Amino acid sequence: MTALGLHRFQFAFTITYHYLFPQLTMGLALVLVVLKALAHYRRDPDYDVAARFWTRLLGVAFVMGVVTGIPMEFQFGTNWSRFSRIAGGVIGQTLAMEGVFAFFLESSVLYLVLFQEERLGPRRHFLATAALCTGTWLSGFFITCTNAFMQHPQGFVQDAEGVLHLTSFSALLLNPWARIEYAHTMVGASITGAFTVAAVGAFYLLQERHVPVARKMLGAAVVMGAVASLAAAFPTGDAQAKAVHEYQPESFAAMEGHFHTERGAAMTLVGQPNVEEQRIDNPIQIPRLLSFLTHQRWNTEIKGLTEFPRERWPDNIALLYYAYHIMAGLGSLFIGLMGAASMLLYLGKLFQLRPLLWALMLAFPLPFIANTAGWLTAELGRQPWLVRDVLRTSAGSSENVSSGSTLFSLLGFMGLYAMLSLLFFLIVNKLLQRGPVAKEGA
Amino acid sequence: MANVWFWLLAVVLAVYAVLDGFDFGVGMLHFVVAKSQAERGTLLRSIGPVWDGNEVWLIAAGGTLFGAFPALYATAFSGFYLPLMIVLWLLLFRALGIELRHHSDSPLWHELWDVAFSGSSLLLALFFGAALGNLVRGLPLDEKGDFFEPLWTNFRVGDRTGILDWYTLLVGVTATAALALHGALWLNWKTTGELVERARLWAHRLWLAVLALTVITTIASVIVQPQLLRNVTRLPIGAILPLFAFAGLALARLSLRAAPRRAFFGSAAFVLGLILSAAYAMFPYALAARVPGRELSIAQAAAQPATLSGMLAWWLPGMALAIAYSLLIYSRMPKTFTTEGEEH
Repeated sequence: MTALGLHRFQFAFTITYHYLFPQLTMGLALVLVVLKALAHYRRDPDYDVAARFWTRLLGVAFVMGVVTGIPMEFQFGTNWSRFSRIAGGVIGQTLAMEGVFAFFLESSVLYLVLFQEERLGPRRHFLATAALCTGTWLSGFFITCTNAFMQHPQGFVQDAEGVLHLTSFSALLLNPWARIEYAHTMVGASITGAFTVAAVGAFYLLQERHVPVARKMLGAAVVMGAVASLAAAFPTGDAQAKAVHEYQPESFAAMEGHFHTERGAAMTLVGQPNVEEQRIDNPIQIPRLLSFLTHQRWNTEIKGLTEFPRERWPDNIALLYYAYHIMAGLGSLFIGLMGAASMLLYLGKLFQLRPLLWALMLAFPLPFIANTAGWLTAELGRQPWLVRDVLRTSAGSSENVSSGSTLFSLLGFMGLYAMLSLLFFLIVNKLLQRGPVAKEGA
Repeated sequence: MANVWFWLLAVVLAVYAVLDGFDFGVGMLHFVVAKSQAERGTLLRSIGPVWDGNEVWLIAAGGTLFGAFPALYATAFSGFYLPLMIVLWLLLFRALGIELRHHSDSPLWHELWDVAFSGSSLLLALFFGAALGNLVRGLPLDEKGDFFEPLWTNFRVGDRTGILDWYTLLVGVTATAALALHGALWLNWKTTGELVERARLWAHRLWLAVLALTVITTIASVIVQPQLLRNVTRLPIGAILPLFAFAGLALARLSLRAAPRRAFFGSAAFVLGLILSAAYAMFPYALAARVPGRELSIAQAAAQPATLSGMLAWWLPGMALAIAYSLLIYSRMPKTFTTEGEEH
């Protein structure tokens, strides 16, 4: 692999692994707020027991997020120094904001949430939990703004040497792409939180352990999961797809596997993109649906990939197409599963229906896959640009760092992260074995 | 405006060194001050509520550096590629050491994470010290303004420098000793019983070592980089910074027994004063070069003035909030940590 390829692979690997944890942290933080609010309004201490249990798990996920997150901030400089030099005046702002506004808040209130429940009392502990949730969601906002600048740069000028200068802080933070991407991302994180909590609730019910608490967490989680899964498709997913169509038409065509411009374009559900011959092999398609979803009219024209010059095509069309279809497919599955579970909860049959409990328990990895696939779609769709229409990926890496050094660090990260995974499962397993027990010393 | 940011960044880095510095110090003394696993648990509890917040100062410094000095961030981070990767991995082990230990009651598990915590703390102090040494000594910047340093070359301070040479190692050892002292003074303030006795004993020993090493390092710095004295000869008021540092060190010694809190603040002033002295000596360069004329000046490294002033408008209130959160936690954490009553 070339030095550039290794720089790309290392960033992709470390950020993909990293994001497994923040999506869980952000999702669980919201679940905690919901559980604690339910404890208060329903005057039911079981919700508090559930909240305490998930707080401990959130603590572990938070640590994993921190230790895998610091390398992300460093890698802009270490592996992408030309990009940093050119764009740092802009994206350095949002990255610094994340540290200043989100991380200080999170690290402080996490201690209060984890260890000072009794000293704070219920009301102030709820506020601390809400502050923790705010911190994690703020962090997501600033990172999404950073990414949105790369996807759809706003509020900058480029000088003669190619360096970008920020002209408007509000354009950077209120970038229309950022708004849509943030909403879609946070809904995705909420799905992860809901599925994780539902899976553990289902696990305890299937084992007939901690039944009262497990029912509470499962009930809250499936409702939250159903709402979030619907919101992932509409309005956020719909808005995201339209934004890609409007601002990145090549990426839109590639991710849909739409090679040739046509009126009344069909939507491909399944099929293999054949980039050489520019068609989808063995497709299952719904006629005219792509035109309808994009423009709300059955007969409008959708531009195909061949409409655009080759050097603007994303460089891995097949992976982009598959990532998008995996995300969308799983998203549809989530609506079905959580919708059915919520319906049965309403009918009072959810807790006895073992097949569905099994499905809910086994489904927990799927949102992680869907979120990962979604980010793959976004980032592969941005290629071949680092900052769209401004800076190509090939012009952003560190030229003074050799491929050997990068391979060394990449292998190091792989080994360490393999170890982290083992430790994480070991500790989660311990927490699961102990379960949500009522009396818990701080 | 760029100069304002240079000083803000220097202060953030110095505060990081002061805050995470005592975490490192506690880590280094983990096996010598605490003799039993229960005592080691106490040491960890004494930094447990704050270490993560302390580390955030590093992340904030990184973000601030990126936003205010993109060219410096790009050059320094890519040039220091290998040591930075190692620092990242050490930070990972340090965090795991602190956070995973209490998840099991197995003594073996505790031992594992004690070693991870202690060893990574020691190496981190050494590497951060060596990094400071590199900045003071000057970097092998090329015509394009880039550099890449291997971990070491021949340990001489020549044209083909590595991260580690005799000088940067000396700075690293000095930093290690200074932070160990700082950690000992934290424990001297925050623990009780035998722990505090041993912490004080180590503070005594380390104090002499720190004094000697600081004097030697200061002399060596001037030999290695004669330019260091240019600012203080031009504008002698800057000499107040090293004087402040040494006053802090003296205070640490004088208050060691009678006023542990004041002694800790003394060593905090020492660490703060030393780093700001180094910043004063480097000014107006962001990166000193081995080959004269290739320096990266603060002005060259900075983002444009409009960005810098806009950044100030959100950064100052944001940091005020951050300080408020930190103060809240420091005020809410227990005043002292005792080993009695710990179950093991």
